[in-house]
Formats: sequence, C-alpha cells, structure tokens
Amino acid sequence: MSRATLGTGHSSDKFHCRDDQVTEAGLTMLNRTADSVARATPEPLARKVRGISDKGLAWLFISPTILLLLAINIFPLFWAIYLSFTNYRANRPNEVVRNVGLANYKRILGDQDIWIAMQTTAHFVFWTILLQTLIGFTLAWLIDRKFRGHAFWTTIILVPMMLSPAVVGNFWRFLYEPQIGLFAYAISFVTGIPATQIGMLSNVSLAPWSIVIVDTWMWTPYVMLICLAGLRSIPEYIYEAAEVDRASNWRQFWSITLPMALPFIMLAVLFRGIENFKMFDMVNLLTGGGPGSTTEVASITLKRQAFESWRTGYSSAFAIILFVAVFGLANIYVKALNKVKQR
Amino acid sequence: MKSTLKLTLGLTSAMFASTAVSNVAQAEDLTLCWAAWDPANALVELSKDFTKETGIGMKFEFVPWTNYADRFLNELNSKGKLCDLIIGDSQWIGGSAENGHYVKLNDFFDKEKISMDDFVPATVVGYSEWPKNSPNYWALPAMGDVVGWTYRKDWFSKPELQKEFKEKYGWDLAAPTTFDQLKQIAEFFQKREIDGKTVYGASIYTERGSEGITMGAMDGLYSFGFKYENPDKPYEMDGFVNSEKSVRGLEFYKALYDCCTPPGASNSYMGEGVDAFKSGQVAMHMNFAFTWPGLQKDENVGGDKIGYFANPKGPDGDQFAQLGGQGISVVSYSDKQEAALKYIKWFANKDVQAKWWSLGGFSCLNAVVKDPGFPASQPYAQTFLDSMAIVKDFWAEPSYAPLLQASQKRFHDYVVAGQGSAKDALDGLVKDWTEVFQDDGKM
Repeated sequence: MSRATLGTGHSSDKFHCRDDQVTEAGLTMLNRTADSVARATPEPLARKVRGISDKGLAWLFISPTILLLLAINIFPLFWAIYLSFTNYRANRPNEVVRNVGLANYKRILGDQDIWIAMQTTAHFVFWTILLQTLIGFTLAWLIDRKFRGHAFWTTIILVPMMLSPAVVGNFWRFLYEPQIGLFAYAISFVTGIPATQIGMLSNVSLAPWSIVIVDTWMWTPYVMLICLAGLRSIPEYIYEAAEVDRASNWRQFWSITLPMALPFIMLAVLFRGIENFKMFDMVNLLTGGGPGSTTEVASITLKRQAFESWRTGYSSAFAIILFVAVFGLANIYVKALNKVKQR
Repeated sequence: MKSTLKLTLGLTSAMFASTAVSNVAQAEDLTLCWAAWDPANALVELSKDFTKETGIGMKFEFVPWTNYADRFLNELNSKGKLCDLIIGDSQWIGGSAENGHYVKLNDFFDKEKISMDDFVPATVVGYSEWPKNSPNYWALPAMGDVVGWTYRKDWFSKPELQKEFKEKYGWDLAAPTTFDQLKQIAEFFQKREIDGKTVYGASIYTERGSEGITMGAMDGLYSFGFKYENPDKPYEMDGFVNSEKSVRGLEFYKALYDCCTPPGASNSYMGEGVDAFKSGQVAMHMNFAFTWPGLQKDENVGGDKIGYFANPKGPDGDQFAQLGGQGISVVSYSDKQEAALKYIKWFANKDVQAKWWSLGGFSCLNAVVKDPGFPASQPYAQTFLDSMAIVKDFWAEPSYAPLLQASQKRFHDYVVAGQGSAKDALDGLVKDWTEVFQDDGKM
C-alpha cells in the first residue's frame, strides 16, 4: 500500500502525496480555506492584516511564545547574571544593593565546601551514568532479541521511570530503613549482617551509593528505551551481509551493533548527564545532603545558599558557574556526538 | 404580574444584600499564619470565641515545619498580604523587626494596657524584643516552648530493671538530673529486650535540613558551658563558642548519638522523635514541650507510662534548655491591621490564655503559669515551668538563617558523619559566624 492511499480519504491526507497532486487538489483546498478565513475575519482586522508581509505575520504569530520565553527564561538569566555581581539578599529588601564585582565568583571558587559539593556531584554523575548505560544497553540488547513476552517485560522495566521522583524518594527511604526496610532485610538475608547495622542513609560510606542505586533503578529504563530505539534502527540487511561474510556474533556486536547504536547511547548519556548534574529532588528526599555533607550535591548547596542562607548574589554567581559548566560540557559533548554520527 | 415583579425584585435585593454582607464579612476575615502542628489545631478551636465576640472571621494558613520558614519568610520578604497575623519563629524577630515585616507594638500595648511584665520574662526576651533586652516589642508571647525530655516511666519502674541498673551504676533508676546520668540510662536501655522487643536508649535531634541538630546539640552545649559570645564584647566568639567546655559538650552529644540512638536515626527531628517514642522504640526522648499533650494522651505510651524531665545539668552544674516557641505579630503589609490588633488584644486576655492552656497551647502569661493550680493541671506542667526557667535561645539576629545553616553543617558533619573533631567543628563554626557578621558589618 502506498503512503498516498493510507489516509482516511480526508483532503488533508492528500498533502502527503506526490507534488503534482499537491498542485491540483491541495492548492484548491488552500484557496478555499483562505477564502473562508478571509470571509470570517472582521473587516477592520482584515484591512490591517492585508498590509502585513508574510514575515511580519510569522513574527506576529510567534511573538507571544517569544515574549513568554523572554519573560521566564532569558530575563531571569540576565537578571541572575546581574545579581551575581552584587551583594543582594532577597530577605533584606531595604538594604542597599552594592556592586561587588567578581567578589562572589572569587569566593565561590576559593570555597572548599563548594569544591567538595562539586566532587560529590561528579561522583554521583559518573557512577549513575556508567551503571545506567551498562545496564540500560544490556537490557535493550536483550529486549531486542524479541523473545517470547518481551513486550510485557519492556512495560515492566519501564515502570520506575514513570513514577514521580518524590514518590520514589519516599518509598526508597522506607526500603532503606534499617529496622523495617526490605532492602536492609534482603542484604541481611544474603550477607548475614544484622539489618540494623545496614544504615544505607546514615552511614557515610553507604549514603552516596544509596542515591546511585535509586537513580539507577529509576532511570535505567529511560536509557534502555533510547538504546532500544538505536538497536531497532540498525537495518537488518547489514547483519545479513555480516552473516554471509561469516562474521561471528561477537564481531557483529563490536563492528555493527555498538558503532551504529553509539549515537543513541551518547544521546542517552547526554540527557542523563544534564539531568543528574542538577539532581535535587531525590537527594533532598533521601538524605537531605547528609549524613554531614556526604551527599550534598551542587544543587543542594545552591538551594541552601539561595533560600536558607539568603545569599542571593552569591548563589546567583554559583548558579551561573553551574550553568556555564553544564552548557560548556554539553556543547563539547554534542560536537563529539555529531562527529560520531558523521562517521 | 405586579406580584411576580415584586417577588423578582425582592429576591434580587435579597441576593444583593446577602452578597454584600458576605463581602463585608470576607473583608473583615483575618488570616493567621503558623506552622501545621497540634497547637495550631487548638488555636483554631480557641479562635472561634474571637469570631463569636467580634464577628471577625478567622482563616488559617498552616504550613508543615519543614517548609514553615521557607514559605513564610518568602511571604514576608516579598511583602505579601497573605498573612494579617503571623506566629513567627523566635529567631525571625531580628530580621522581621529590622526589615519592617512586623508592626511595632509598643504604642498599642501602652494604649491597651498590655504589660510585658505580665508574661514569663524569658518569653518576652525570646519572642517579643528586638534588640534583645530592650523595651522594643514586635510580638506578643503566644506559644511557650522549650526542649525537654520524656521517658518511659513503666520501664523505669520494672523491679528487675531497677535492680540490674542499681547493681551496674550504683544509683536508683529514675529520671536523670545530669547528662552523665542520662547517658548511663541510655546505655543501659540500648538494644535491651523489653516485652519481647529490642529497644534503644534515646531519641535525640539529628536532622540536617532545617534546624534539628542545632536545636538538639545546643541543649548539651549550653549545659556544658557553651557561650555565643563574650558577654563584655558582643560578637567576639573565639574562646567562647569553641571553648574547652563547648568542645566537651559537643563530644558528649556525639557520644550520645553513637552509643544510644536507634539505628538509622541520622536525620531525626520532632516528628521522627515522636514516632520513635510512640512506637516504643526508645526509653527517653528529646523534644519540644508542644509534643507532650499528644504523647500524654497516647494509648500505648501515654497516661501512667510516660514521665517528663527538664534538660539535665552539665558537669559544672549549669543547666539550660533550648528555647522554642513563638510570638504573635501583626504583619505590616496587611490591610487589616486594626482587626489584627483586636485579635492580639483578645488573645492577651487572661481567660483566653487560660483556655489556650487547657486546649493544648502553652500560655506565656504569668497569671496562668503562676496560678497555684497550674503545676497539677497537667502531668507535664511542672516540667514545663522548670524548663522555661532555664531557657537560652539561638541567635535571633537578622542573619539568623546563615548562622543556623553554618551550625547545621558543622554539627552534622561532626556528630553524624564523624568528620574531624569537636574542636574542628567549633573552630569552623567561629569562622563561619565571623564571616556572617563581617558581611553584616557588625565586626
């Protein structure tokens, strides 16, 4: 069946047809629509609109969106840049706002606690991405085998990523509970260590891993989904050619599957990297940054400075530094991704 | 036709009239902002009398403790008109006074003959005055509160446990009067089997996110000799905050956390403490006094099973407790200040205050708490009085938030995460607090 005959027969489907068909039926339809719109338009408005060029009309249509974007994205960004050079505090409305130059930036870059928070963030981002990519790709590869019931298992695997992070954070907190938690009980059952000694959220060494585990549990399906799309996009005939050439499964994996799925894997890594760099909700619910400051990632530090200590200028500078870091790294990464795609 | 017209006109007029009346009533409604907790429910009940007396309706905006400061400080900073009256935390008083969020009440108090001498002195200093110890009033003491302890009287009175305890420690198992005794009791109960269940020594404050660990650790620190600053030279903290006595106090709090708290209690505050006590996990429980009426009524751990004691003495006999509680203020951005002041006047009344106490609120009025029948009015009343006599409060400076965040971090890093020493934590705290005061131009 050709694409032209797929539709319901409604005139709009004809726009997907060949060029000559578009010129015949499509233009007639367009003219009719334009006529009816023109008839329905009030005369004064119609007079005004007639004087506007196509480009002007296009700007007219997109201007509400542009204005909204300027108001909620661009203006706050520039405002934050301005505030980052001041001593402004949102809880001191009557205080004179002074320009402090680069003082906030210098203070942040020389603050040991900030560097510790950045290290904590890097640890979290690195391990979650590594685990999610490995497990996600493996799951996608298995699901792509199309074994019996694979659709059912795909749905089951996808469930965690459909949950709200607030829900996930709360129920994992109960799972990790050393006295009643299932996780502690399961570990205790396997290792023989008493469950009350398995303080996933209270132990300094275990707490960072507890967050890595939850994030991996929740977001591996997302990586799997993207990898699955990549695997399904590889044409079958390439494998058939490889079979003809008597390439082993191992060789097919390294020479066909992985290179061709790589842009998708890299895309998943990019999305998860950006997400996890600004991870807040789950960490806040699970550990609140503790014990001590062991799991205090950059976004938690930022929130504390901005909305608990009310150092608005200082936190704006920190937010700008984080923004530049993520934006810069993402740009470098996208360039690498494009190179991989061009190969 | 005429009668139909009359009926229509009559109905329309009645509708307009009722709408107008309801609009007037709504215009007069006051909104009171506070934390969502048991005393707030008692205040809703109490305020019905105010509406009955004055015809002014009351609306309430209650926010859970974890978001209480964020929510209402944002509201005040943005000069919002949501709250006509606010029961703000004691530490907000400096910032709210200096930034013009609260209406100064001196003239109103003079006019209405409301005297601050009629209130418990510690609550006047803690909840109403800014600068501290000066006759500048920004709130009426509303809800007295202080950190104290509850214990399982039924466990303490078990003969076999009493015998074993006496043999082990050489003194009778009873409510502790010193921190040393408290730790011995906590160690004694830690991981003990009682009624077929493993129980633990004590629930203490360890929460990291808001103010928990500071409110808890300070109870140890104060009684061990911690001071915020040089009494003769304000804001000079070195040698006071990080004195040897302070170091011992913080070491003690960590030792108590390490030895005698339930597993996983690394982020525990008021709610978690109540849960631990109510579920029969702990022998002793540190918490603000507002939790006591609820615990007293609890079927499993209340009644005769629960006892109360004030924060114990330190090694040198000093005894202090962390002040909680709040004063009620009129928000300067409110359009209904007249009506809000009427509420304050009504709330200051002795009969209202007596009812406030009977409903579960903690009155700060001398006439109520010094009444001869007060100590016997509730099983915890005497402990509340004893505790209110030994209170100390955290900084109430306009910069209290960064000061609090610094102590939260330093204390949690040391006590819960075990990073560095108590001396390091307190030296770090001096450094952080000095920076804050330097930023404020106070040093």
